[in-house]
Amino acid sequence: MSLTGGAARIGALALLGFVIAPSAQADTIFVSNEKSNTVSVVDGGKLQVVATIKVGRRPRGITFNEDMTRIFVCVGDDNRIDVIDVATQKVVDRLPSGPDPELFVLDPQGHRLYVANEDDNMVSVVDIASKKIIGEIQVGVEPEGMGVSPDGKILVNTSETTNMAHFIDTDSHKIIDNVLVDARPRVAQFTGDGRFVWVSSEVGGTVSVIDAASRKLVHKIGFAVQGVPRESIQPVGIQLTSDGQRAFVALGPANRVAEIDARTYEVKRYHLVGQRVWNLALSPDEKRLYTTNGVSNDMSVMDLERGRVVKSISVGGAPWGVIVKP
Amino acid sequence: MSRAAALLSVAAALLFGAPAWGADPLEVRIGYLTRAEEPRIPQTFLEPVSEDEGVQGARLAIADNNTTGRFLNQRFDLVEVTVPEDGRVEDAVRDLAGQGIRLLVADLKEDALLAAAAAPEAGDMLIFNTRAPDDDLRNERCRANLLHVTPSRRMQADALAQYLASRKWMNWLLVVGRTPQDAAYADAIRAAAKRYRAKIVEEKRWTFEDANRRVDTGHVTVQSEILTFTQGTEHDVLVVADEADGFGEYLLYQTWLPRPVVGTHGLVPTAWSRVHEQWGATQIHSRFERQAGRWMRPRDYTAWMAVRAVGEAATRTKSADPAALAAFVRGPDFALPAFKGQGLTFRDWDGQLRQPVLLAGPRVLVSVSPQPGYLHQFSELDTLGDDRPESRCRNR
Repeated sequence: MSLTGGAARIGALALLGFVIAPSAQADTIFVSNEKSNTVSVVDGGKLQVVATIKVGRRPRGITFNEDMTRIFVCVGDDNRIDVIDVATQKVVDRLPSGPDPELFVLDPQGHRLYVANEDDNMVSVVDIASKKIIGEIQVGVEPEGMGVSPDGKILVNTSETTNMAHFIDTDSHKIIDNVLVDARPRVAQFTGDGRFVWVSSEVGGTVSVIDAASRKLVHKIGFAVQGVPRESIQPVGIQLTSDGQRAFVALGPANRVAEIDARTYEVKRYHLVGQRVWNLALSPDEKRLYTTNGVSNDMSVMDLERGRVVKSISVGGAPWGVIVKP
Repeated sequence: MSRAAALLSVAAALLFGAPAWGADPLEVRIGYLTRAEEPRIPQTFLEPVSEDEGVQGARLAIADNNTTGRFLNQRFDLVEVTVPEDGRVEDAVRDLAGQGIRLLVADLKEDALLAAAAAPEAGDMLIFNTRAPDDDLRNERCRANLLHVTPSRRMQADALAQYLASRKWMNWLLVVGRTPQDAAYADAIRAAAKRYRAKIVEEKRWTFEDANRRVDTGHVTVQSEILTFTQGTEHDVLVVADEADGFGEYLLYQTWLPRPVVGTHGLVPTAWSRVHEQWGATQIHSRFERQAGRWMRPRDYTAWMAVRAVGEAATRTKSADPAALAAFVRGPDFALPAFKGQGLTFRDWDGQLRQPVLLAGPRVLVSVSPQPGYLHQFSELDTLGDDRPESRCRNR
């Protein structure tokens, strides 16, 4: 690299940094820590843990309410959902969830939570206002991933031992179709336009892209990382950019995040992050990607404009889920 | 179970809210063959004496298969047969074949298993060995119609040896019980020592008579007996071979030197243990305990895997044809998720299921082998047990 080239690049980076800073600074990141029974609060500007919130036992699934004033956390070993007040950073309420909740999704209207009950082959529908379970849907063995269409009409649940994505009508609470995917499906994520559902298969090592209308498999994305055994490639978390151009998939004990062209389904690169990366969250401006690394007990921060990991932040024990508030 | 009883149990399952199928579901029938025997009496009072080890795992897998089958209009039935203690397993195989059973879960010890597999009617069956860990079944006595779901003794010994080597605990005192199974376990331990360059500094035969576990002031005898018995050459660990659970439990904390006990007692390499809660194992424990009213044992787990292997094949092939299902299970696209963090596949050279092996302590999980750093050009799981170039199986 010539001196001038280097200087120019540093100048450009500094400029970029200056441009990014104001939006990223405002981010607040919340990470559920499965082992330490806490939620870590990370300041997006300082990239430091600024608070730790004590919650129930084995917190995993984590999501905001509609206006981001509250956070819901599945605390599986306590068979309930804890409700955190974002302003005071304290648990202020709890909701019923059915047994052993792991993952859930908020309906786009913000009234209901759809909860996967791993222990009971069931999806519970929780009405947030009345704090009541208003419906139960029988699904396959070990329900896990939950995705909802942007219009709120279709719910997709994955069952880990049945190996299916169940498509559920949210009005009737009836299953309308079942799509077979590879072994141990984990996360279901609708594309922003609601046309496709991406489903990761942890043991199968693939991501299935399903047409939401016809429920046909459109594409199956495979992964291969040099020097990493095939069995260690275990896709879990999925994030899609709102423009429908890019996708990111966490590959578990492969310690990588795959970056995918969401139109051609081609894997563009693999980013090295912490150990056993499970879940992902894009910053609201989509300039950063945050990852939870369950074995190295940290969170990696990826700068998507520079295309690389810029920081690792120690959080709690066995970080699992991650969400970001602007 | 008789046919009438089988129908009754299906009816009962329907009554109790089990899945309902559409018209004429594809029906997959799986045989489960075991032999009546005296129940195993564990040395510890903390473990129940159970008379339904194995079959409870198969029943749970049938329920799991049916939950999935509901979405594909497939129904799974288990045809359970228990041969009397002095009965012939070959006759049971003939009866099962007569009922159209071609997929058989065998909860049998080695000789009975070989007799069942050699029955003329077993020629076109696929038999899952869910119990016999014997290494010769995977080598000199291997058979084309057998798949071994239970890990071999050699796999267990290798799993233990990798862990001990990773700790640099390389000097072993080997204590061997009186049964032929204990001798076979000791053989596997010796092979593992050789493979991982550990040294068996001394071997001792346990020759005391097995005693009733319930003896007033029994510990007084144990305390003096084992102290003198374990004197000898300096070692890092005591490896015990006592598959029948006759004395191994007594060795812990009673030894001449303060050394850990590993093998069939203490730190135990095993397919399954209640202490294992990773990779979603929590869910199968709670399903199993709800159904059986006790903890899941290794024999239950291997039976669960065998029946789930058939279920997985039926899901993927959308077929109920036993030949098609058997072909899929043996084929390259088969992989069984079984709460070990990766898909499990069968070795084509000896029919053994590749699998991580747990290293279970009495109260918590200690580790899972293969240990990091034991590499292999095809699968790290092939560092456990007989690898392709070593296999002496010629009948497949």
